[in-house]
Amino acid sequence: MELDSLYQEVILDHYKHPLHKGLSAEKTVQVHHVNPSCGDEITLNLLLEGDVVRDVTWDGVGCSISQASCSIMSDLVHGKSVDHALTILESFSELMSSKGSITGDEEILEDGVALAGVSKFPARVKCALLGWMAFKDAALQGRNEEKK
Amino acid sequence: MTLLDVATIKADFPIFEKKMRNDARLVYLDSGATSQKPRQVMAAEQYFYTHQNAAVHRGSHLLAEEASAAYEGARETVAAFLGAKSDEIIFTKSATESLNLLAYSFSNSATGRFALGVGDEILLSEMEHHANLIPWQQLAKRTGATLKWFEVTPDGRLDLSQIDQLLSARTKIVALTHQSNVLGTINPITEIAKKAKEHGALFVLDACQSVPHFATDVSKLGVDFVTFSGHKMLGPTGIGVLWGRSELLAAMEPFLFGGSMIETVTMESATWAPAPRKFEAGVPNMAQAVGLAAAINYLEAIGMDKVHEHEVALTTYALEGLQTIKGLTIIGPTNMDSRGGVLSFALDGIHPHDGCQVLDQYGIAVRTGHHCAWPLMRKYGVSGTTRASFYIYNDLADIDALVTGIEATKKYFKVS
Repeated sequence: MELDSLYQEVILDHYKHPLHKGLSAEKTVQVHHVNPSCGDEITLNLLLEGDVVRDVTWDGVGCSISQASCSIMSDLVHGKSVDHALTILESFSELMSSKGSITGDEEILEDGVALAGVSKFPARVKCALLGWMAFKDAALQGRNEEKK
Repeated sequence: MTLLDVATIKADFPIFEKKMRNDARLVYLDSGATSQKPRQVMAAEQYFYTHQNAAVHRGSHLLAEEASAAYEGARETVAAFLGAKSDEIIFTKSATESLNLLAYSFSNSATGRFALGVGDEILLSEMEHHANLIPWQQLAKRTGATLKWFEVTPDGRLDLSQIDQLLSARTKIVALTHQSNVLGTINPITEIAKKAKEHGALFVLDACQSVPHFATDVSKLGVDFVTFSGHKMLGPTGIGVLWGRSELLAAMEPFLFGGSMIETVTMESATWAPAPRKFEAGVPNMAQAVGLAAAINYLEAIGMDKVHEHEVALTTYALEGLQTIKGLTIIGPTNMDSRGGVLSFALDGIHPHDGCQVLDQYGIAVRTGHHCAWPLMRKYGVSGTTRASFYIYNDLADIDALVTGIEATKKYFKVS
């Protein structure tokens, strides 16, 4: 079934057992993002140490795609420099806008390539991007905080 | 149980010939968002463009005459359908525009019943669609008036226990939905309108989910304004209706200014044409008005009472079927007292978006999300629901397909 390309086991695993879910007390910046078309919401705490992502934690409500994607993202960016994290984000955005034409680089995106099938379902791309856009927002704000 | 002859009706709707994913037939359960269109409506629009197209109320050539006659004929059809006079029918582009027209006309009217200020109140409910909430929020912000609202009960009804506290001499406007687009609840409008009138408040009825589904006689409801859209009642997009009492329309200031809506114009000022023209600036959506009239003719040939009976039968059957599913909770009334053909539900362990995706594999089109009623979702503690809504082209097999589809969804996501 076409649906299996969307709901791969690894996605359902992340959905049922999300990583870094539950907000940490310590943070450089907190952001709240919503998906106005469906009502899904995410709050994300980012802790920076200089230019390094020391911790990303999040909480929110959403479908399996948005929750799994957020789980995968939060694990991927841990310990990376902000610049490095943003290149991963770019790579993921490219995959999401590919309409199924690329499979994604597993070296860069790791479990994130399991979300490749989402790009064939235009109505779901915004679900997959919710957490990533929240991270991008937090990273840009957090970098300004660190410069102060 | 009185069902319509759905096979005959479906033959008028070309979209049901479409093959969905996996070659499934279309099970369209999203008429609350927009209805499908019969050939007769498409043909009426095409006939207008092919034989009559010209700007209405301008020029004196044959086409202008025929176009004007078709457009004004459509207005008469709508008026007769609602038990109204035709100069009380204003065509807009949508119900959303109709509601904004009212809110802006009120703030453009500096005096009299329409003028609001600090200390005045606008009374709404928690079950309003954003289109019947935000224009009033904004009107309150512009004028300093205060918003008040009826809460909803856990079983999806309007909580009227506080009505005597909520309605007072301070209430200038009451704006309520006739039937909730999420819960399916039909509100006791005549009862509330009677009380509103005692306090001198204007009553605005959002009839988007009622006029398409059961006979609505505006002269008997006791309300002052009624709004609805054409596209939810077999008609085209781009056409909405506002009905208002003659004396109110005569006293109200316009919302949109420009061509067609004037009486005289100088370089310094202008005066307005009488209603409905006063509220129809610019070349209107003529073909869409004609299409809406064709939709009304189609519904009237069936009979609005039969349309309602059909939907009651479908909803009764759906309530029974859905409630056999373990882990499914109906959000809204679970009995058929004052209830229409809109059913929202939540499934334990499955987000509406994920459920909808599996149903789509079986050709089943339902709506998911907050249904433009975000405050209502918060009230019930959910981020969104799945909604099935019914119309004349649905039958019991569609509901069986929905129930089977939900069971398949649970199996897919390994939820017991």
